[in-house]
Amino acid sequence: MLNQNSFFKVLVVLFMVLMCGLYALPNLYGEDNAIQISGTRNTTVTAAMETQVTEALAENNIAVKSVEFADEQLLIRLPDSDSQLKARDMLDVELGSDYVVAMNLAPDTPEWLESLGGTPMKLGLDLRGGVHFLMEVDMNEAIKKSMEDAESDFRTALREEKLRYRSVNVRDGFIDIQFRDEATLDKAEFFLENRNRDLVYEEMDDLILRARFSEQKLAEIRDYAVKQNITIIRNRVNQLGVAEPVVQKQGADRIVVQLPGIQDTAQAKEILNATATLEFRMVDQDNDVRDAVNGRVPPGSQLLYEGDRPVLLDKRIVVTGNHIIDANSGVDEYGMPQVSISLDSEGGNKMSRNTRENVGQPMATVFIEYKATGERDANDKLIFEREEEVINVATIRGQFASNFQITGLGSPKEARDLSLLLRAGALIAPIQIVEERTVGPSLGQENIDLGMQAIMWGLALVLVFMLIYYKAFGIVANIALALNLVMIVGIMSMIPGATLSLPGMAGIVLTVGMAVDANVLIFERIREELREGRSPQQAIHHGYDSAFSTILDANITTFIAGLILFAVGTGPIKGFSITLMIGIATSMFTAIIVTRVIVNAIWGGRRVDKLAI
Amino acid sequence: MQLLKLSNTINFMKLRLPAMVLSSVLIFASLFSLFTNSLNWGLDFTGGTLIEVGYDQAADLSAIRSTLAENEFADAIVQNFGSSTEVLIRLAPREGVKAVTIGDQVIDILRQTDASVEKRRIEFVGPNVGEELTEQGGLAMLVALICILIYVAARFEWRFALGSVSALVHDVFLTLGLFSVLQIEFDLTVLAAVLAVIGYSLNDTIVVSDRIRENFRKIRKGEPEEIVNISLTQTLNRTIITSLTTVLVLVALFFKGGALIHGFATALLFGVVVGTYSSIYIASSVALALGISKEDLMAPQVEKEGEDLDPLP
Repeated sequence: MLNQNSFFKVLVVLFMVLMCGLYALPNLYGEDNAIQISGTRNTTVTAAMETQVTEALAENNIAVKSVEFADEQLLIRLPDSDSQLKARDMLDVELGSDYVVAMNLAPDTPEWLESLGGTPMKLGLDLRGGVHFLMEVDMNEAIKKSMEDAESDFRTALREEKLRYRSVNVRDGFIDIQFRDEATLDKAEFFLENRNRDLVYEEMDDLILRARFSEQKLAEIRDYAVKQNITIIRNRVNQLGVAEPVVQKQGADRIVVQLPGIQDTAQAKEILNATATLEFRMVDQDNDVRDAVNGRVPPGSQLLYEGDRPVLLDKRIVVTGNHIIDANSGVDEYGMPQVSISLDSEGGNKMSRNTRENVGQPMATVFIEYKATGERDANDKLIFEREEEVINVATIRGQFASNFQITGLGSPKEARDLSLLLRAGALIAPIQIVEERTVGPSLGQENIDLGMQAIMWGLALVLVFMLIYYKAFGIVANIALALNLVMIVGIMSMIPGATLSLPGMAGIVLTVGMAVDANVLIFERIREELREGRSPQQAIHHGYDSAFSTILDANITTFIAGLILFAVGTGPIKGFSITLMIGIATSMFTAIIVTRVIVNAIWGGRRVDKLAI
Repeated sequence: MQLLKLSNTINFMKLRLPAMVLSSVLIFASLFSLFTNSLNWGLDFTGGTLIEVGYDQAADLSAIRSTLAENEFADAIVQNFGSSTEVLIRLAPREGVKAVTIGDQVIDILRQTDASVEKRRIEFVGPNVGEELTEQGGLAMLVALICILIYVAARFEWRFALGSVSALVHDVFLTLGLFSVLQIEFDLTVLAAVLAVIGYSLNDTIVVSDRIRENFRKIRKGEPEEIVNISLTQTLNRTIITSLTTVLVLVALFFKGGALIHGFATALLFGVVVGTYSSIYIASSVALALGISKEDLMAPQVEKEGEDLDPLP
């Protein structure tokens, strides 16, 4: 007999539908207003904190739904957004700056579902509200900085090797070392070639040895600059108290930062955008500051200002901000604001050596900030300005190494800001926000509602139409369409990287309209076969058979369009293409295989005189 | 129920020439408009700042304009968005460091006169990000067309491939033309919609081409033009029903999806209509004009298994 279901096929269909249904289920449960507590770099949340937090909440009369501890994080679920705000403010004070207290929406998925890995779909920023930043790393500065490092390295190495040189200069993209005679040049070239293999050397006129970075080294520098920025941005973002931030590389020199649910975008920008580093340098006491102010700055020194007061500094850097591993603000024994700094071991060694030799001498803390001028160079890259300022000059009281304090700061706020910037580390390349998208929380909810309404209306219209037009077969197609929606939602929830955005919801609406196409093709074909005088069973059989290759071709080509959208698109466009592609795959499954199983179950394997189609 | 009861073949190809003329005129009109009016490029492509704010009552646009003008934002374009309580403010890209903070500044200024102003959305796009996007968007469309050309050529025949790609190019130009003539904002979601139009129109074209191929093989006698007509008539019901269901959901999207999705829905609505027309008249006519014939579409002779093999000793 024609049109009978094989047991295996029914099993596969049931399994697929149930799986997708199961993973679509978490989306039906709502979300709780929650507070998420996590540790910073030097603190971790322990299970013991659970009692501390619970007690504090009880003391302040804040009702709590539950407190969970998992993955070194504490999740507190609250009944409403008011108590969420209250709890956040209270815990922020209670726990201090050592912990990150972030507001969050925690899915209220039942435990048995969660243990199966069921989670609701991730919502894009346009649906849940939040900020999206695209940041650009200044590669010119990264390369310049590496070049400067190489320059000072050359000086030290050549001096230690007793290879006398006339001058070492960084020029546009290369370093020129001038020697006094041919013999030293040759010796130096041989020495440096073996020592610094990342550079390419070339002899020029006038006894000049020219060194430039190899292509491989340049790629390495660029890669490192982006990676370092990502690490640092992650740290900064953690300080903002955001529950599920995204920090990702995009393209060669860009970084995407997404902060869901953030309200104060101005503060977020300030912290993300400020690039700062510190240098500790000795004050030059051999020369007179007044001469320098009048334009006679000695070659080994640099004139900077502390507010209005000129300070003459030694050009050599004792320790750079790269070595800073932590910075905290606080007060000293006299109640004055201070910043405590910890250095890594290399920085500690350098500092220790320097302070031992210079007890009683003044050391300056130089604060360097890169600010975008807003202009762009010939390559359309942003131009940054380096601003240096002495923030503090202190006399070295005794030898110290990795841990020390900077005092003499203006206010506790200044101390806090400074420590925040220092903790975020020192960037080798400055960054700049080149794109921002902020969506307020109410607009996000509105977008969800609008999207849902559009899906519901579209679905209802199509369901009614199919029912009227194809009668019993219309019902089969409608079941397939409903299952198709469930499968899209289920698969979107299963794929970790897939997020639902507003264009994604539009993609689902479009899928609803186009998914019935496969059934229309099949059903029209069955009608044709019936008109040609075939028996109902044969008509069904041929209808499905001959429509199949058409449906396949049509869907594959649309899939190609979706794939290209996915490849070139970013953000919302990617979201749209993902739903489109998933929709094509699931609609083929439901419209061809699922409807066939249902049609076979109803009409197949028996005598049928007339089809309700 | 049946939409159209067709006992006779409709002579679609009779109107081939007028349709070609009509399409050519429309494409030239679109190109003309694209060159003279260009597109109303959205923020995604031009760069700049866009701020959407919500008021409790209907917003007084001229008051907002004058407030902004007093604060060095004289170039601001202020308009309602979706409803009378929501306001969209657009600012051209600016030189200077402050570009990033403009959005927050504007909201601060507006809050000075009315504290209830709600921040709904801020978008800032740097100028070179927009330029890259325009390049990428154009490239995406080109790559999509080439990939489809290759697939259809491999699966069907090169005449069909050229026919379907001509239909797609036709649809893309007309959709862009519509956006240019009506000066509807062209943003990223509209670009996505145009690519979806490509997908949709292709869907239609493939179904028709598939039937033409089938009929060329099945119907022994008959001129190519006649066979195309038969195929189009046979698929007409399906073409109309699918377009209808798609139009239904798009109408739902247009009216219920909110102002953010209007451009997207408009592009697709127009694209579906044009795509349906082009799959009938452009794709098939081009294939016919290129001289598609029965011989081109006969299934390749399947070698019988073991026919050429020497019998095993």
